[in-house]
Amino acid sequence: MGQWQWANEAMQRLSSPVPQFPYNSAMPTTFTLNGKSTTVDAPTDMPLLWVLRDVLNLSGAKYGCGTGQCGACTVHLRGRAVRSCQTPLANVAGAAVVTIEGLSPDGSHPLQKAWERLDVPECGYCQAGQIMAAAALLSTRPKPTDAEIDAAMNTNLCRCGTYIRIRQGIHEAVRTPGAADAAPSMKDAK
Amino acid sequence: MSPTITLDRRDFLRVTALAGGGFMLATYLEPLDVFAQGRGNAPPLEPNAFISIDASGIVTITAKNPEIGQGVKVMLPMLIAEELDADWKDVVIVQGDLNPAKYGNQSAGGSTATPNNWMPMRQIGGAARHMLIAAAAEQWGVPASEITTTPGRVVHAASNRSAGYGQLAAAAARMTPPPLASVVLKDAKNYRFIGKPMPGVDNHKIVTGQPLFGSDVRLPGMLHGVYQRCPVIGGKAISANLDAIKALPGIRHAFIIPDGVGGGSMSGVAIVADSWWYAESARKQLKVVWDEGKTAGDSTAGFAAKAAAMAPMAPHSTTRTDGDVDAALAGAARTVEAAYAYPFLAHAPMEPPNATAVFKDGTLEMWAGTQQPGGVVNTIATALGITAADITVHLPRMGGSFGRRLYNDYVIETAVIAKTIGVPVQIRWSREDEMKQEVFRPAGYHHLKGGLDASGSLVAWRNHFISFSNEAPPPAAGAPAQQGPAVRPAPSSTLSATEFPARFVPNFATHASMMPLGVTTGAHRAPGSCAISFVMQSFMDELAHAGGKDPVQFRLDLLARTPIALPQQGGGGGGGGFSAERMTGVLKLVAEKSEWGKRTLPKGTAMGVAFHFSHSGYFAEVAEVSVDANKRIKVNKVWVAGDIGRHIINPLNAESQVHSGIIDGLSQLMLEITVDGGKVVQSNFDTYPVLRMRQAPPVIETHWVLSDNNPTGLGEPALPPIIPAVTNAIFTATGTRVRSLPLTKHGFSWR
Repeated sequence: MGQWQWANEAMQRLSSPVPQFPYNSAMPTTFTLNGKSTTVDAPTDMPLLWVLRDVLNLSGAKYGCGTGQCGACTVHLRGRAVRSCQTPLANVAGAAVVTIEGLSPDGSHPLQKAWERLDVPECGYCQAGQIMAAAALLSTRPKPTDAEIDAAMNTNLCRCGTYIRIRQGIHEAVRTPGAADAAPSMKDAK
Repeated sequence: MSPTITLDRRDFLRVTALAGGGFMLATYLEPLDVFAQGRGNAPPLEPNAFISIDASGIVTITAKNPEIGQGVKVMLPMLIAEELDADWKDVVIVQGDLNPAKYGNQSAGGSTATPNNWMPMRQIGGAARHMLIAAAAEQWGVPASEITTTPGRVVHAASNRSAGYGQLAAAAARMTPPPLASVVLKDAKNYRFIGKPMPGVDNHKIVTGQPLFGSDVRLPGMLHGVYQRCPVIGGKAISANLDAIKALPGIRHAFIIPDGVGGGSMSGVAIVADSWWYAESARKQLKVVWDEGKTAGDSTAGFAAKAAAMAPMAPHSTTRTDGDVDAALAGAARTVEAAYAYPFLAHAPMEPPNATAVFKDGTLEMWAGTQQPGGVVNTIATALGITAADITVHLPRMGGSFGRRLYNDYVIETAVIAKTIGVPVQIRWSREDEMKQEVFRPAGYHHLKGGLDASGSLVAWRNHFISFSNEAPPPAAGAPAQQGPAVRPAPSSTLSATEFPARFVPNFATHASMMPLGVTTGAHRAPGSCAISFVMQSFMDELAHAGGKDPVQFRLDLLARTPIALPQQGGGGGGGGFSAERMTGVLKLVAEKSEWGKRTLPKGTAMGVAFHFSHSGYFAEVAEVSVDANKRIKVNKVWVAGDIGRHIINPLNAESQVHSGIIDGLSQLMLEITVDGGKVVQSNFDTYPVLRMRQAPPVIETHWVLSDNNPTGLGEPALPPIIPAVTNAIFTATGTRVRSLPLTKHGFSWR
């Protein structure tokens, strides 16, 4: 096929040996991830977000801006909310990291339950970051006011505009932390 | 012929017996095949049929349309489950792959899923219930008319017999499916799902961080890549420092895709690596020689001045004239003249565009979050030299879209890269790619003149719309040479000839003139309306104030007029089916709920009103806005009244969609995309600051008028009126009439 000749030529020009993982700059880094000791062999300047997503195949933390402005990649480092896209792997050595996958064993954190009950997500892409930011807020302010919520959550963007329900969800998690699902539940979704 | 088939054309269903005593119902396109197959000669298993029921009673329902946050993955199955009379606890919802022959249209856009599927989805559910009843009637030897259902069970009360759907599934698979049109649907008073709050079906996965979105797809041996296009929109890659890039850590492939591949201008440089971070890091050292092309001459700075110069000149075209505008303006007791402008906008969905593909043995398998999956297959087939049948497209959940994923550039390039390298690959755009390679909401300019009679009543309206055009396609062979400018409006750069207040003003004219544009434009949530509403509803507000009328009453008076009949001229368009009665209903309701004109507000705080009709939805909105001495704005509260028909199918999601439209519209008040030398100036959320939580109104109150019309969609129509509602409130609060966006140009900022 004529139109593919350029592609074949491009592949042939790839004459240098394909670099193998790990690279020279990579070194083993050990940290606690969601309660388990984890060692990754990756460059120490690789942002934690890409260690999680592309090395460990843990895709709960999301890429949204790559510059620390949207909060979609929020995880907990030593109990505090951080932007994993701005956190080099070197910074987590020996530390405890918790991602949305490890916030609770089964989605039973009061925020997770409130989010489901109030149907907070629209597209849902930012919500892992929102929940991790909210969980960090509740660990220091167990009963936050609207103003405290706004101040803490202002750095997490949601393009669908779920802000009002996020605020309600945080209050709901404080008010009824163990509430059972009131919403109709189906068997499964795939 | 369109390659997609609308569901309402298919009256035939096919039933299939499942191993282990199950039942599966699929729509069936070719009636002849029903007879050719015959009963008992079961066609092969179709895993993606609309409904399947296994022997244990588990009901699997396919959600056929792609989910972008609009709630369609729960809404369409709700319609099926309603008429099937399913027990929600037994329901499993599965996202369908792309298969238009099986599912009909699978696009997401234009708020069309509700109106297009309201009838056929319920009919399919009802047909399955009919067959379960028929099976029970045969087994029990009683008339089907004596049999009813309770959730998940068939019941014959007279003989005190009942059976679960699972127990009857095997027998139901031997029944003849009824023609869809013959299915008797429920009386609305018996609805168990429609009108009930139903949370999103993927919520648990979302809140626990399980893989769900397109960019979460992981395949064995999958590589990650970036694709660098020319910073000047539409430019082509000539050469690049590929050897230097290939020598960088983690890089597996680097190559140029030349112009012409993929059926359009998708030329650029692909960098594929072990991790997206390696590819993105390598890109920072990429040096490309580009052929920038003609768009390098485009700069937004020149557009406004050129539009102002064109405004008094003869228009290129006139799309509507009623009465005699010149005479009416000359005889008016009072005239108002104003120029309005709005900027280009980016969609900026939280998940930037991405796709995943594997090309193997002449076939392509893709995971593509796209609003138009059906439209991309033929393009890819042509680009890759394979047939559409060789392509499988899975439809993962999308992290927002707002119209961006109607355009499949990122899907096509991923397919081409996958074939080039022959291993699974995910191509993911950076935020900067997304913002600089957008399909922009077109900017626009309107020069308006309105006339009022001595009583303050609107008698004349003229609008000269200065918009953008692309070059016209070359004339067909043998066609006569074209007269006048060889242009056509750039996508989404048009104004309907029936846009309100067209038909409601006796002397009315809409003119259009075009400026050439190379920047890519297209649909943006509530296309056209998201811009036009600001112009129409702001100028209407100016006229109300100029005539000394209350802005709500002025609008009610306009709506009370007898409209010029359709089709008048121009025809069709966004305003074609406009009902003044329905708009009057929502306007009165929002005035009542917001206590319009009845509340005493502090200095610097005021309410503004606006309405807009789009995508078959009627929305009137009131915003209460405070402006401080430093021109800092706070939207204290928004009241919304909407009419989308007699049922709000899922009130929980409906409220979400209204919140979303309002907050998206508020975002637009402060945003603009500018172009300098064909390059987009903005690059990320620091230069394109979308609305944050603290800037969002603490309360958005939503009310519904349940008019006797079939339900219509809600992804878009709540957005347009909020923009003029806020700018009209700013006028009342400050005396400053905002005639161009963004508000930042006038010194306003969020508080």
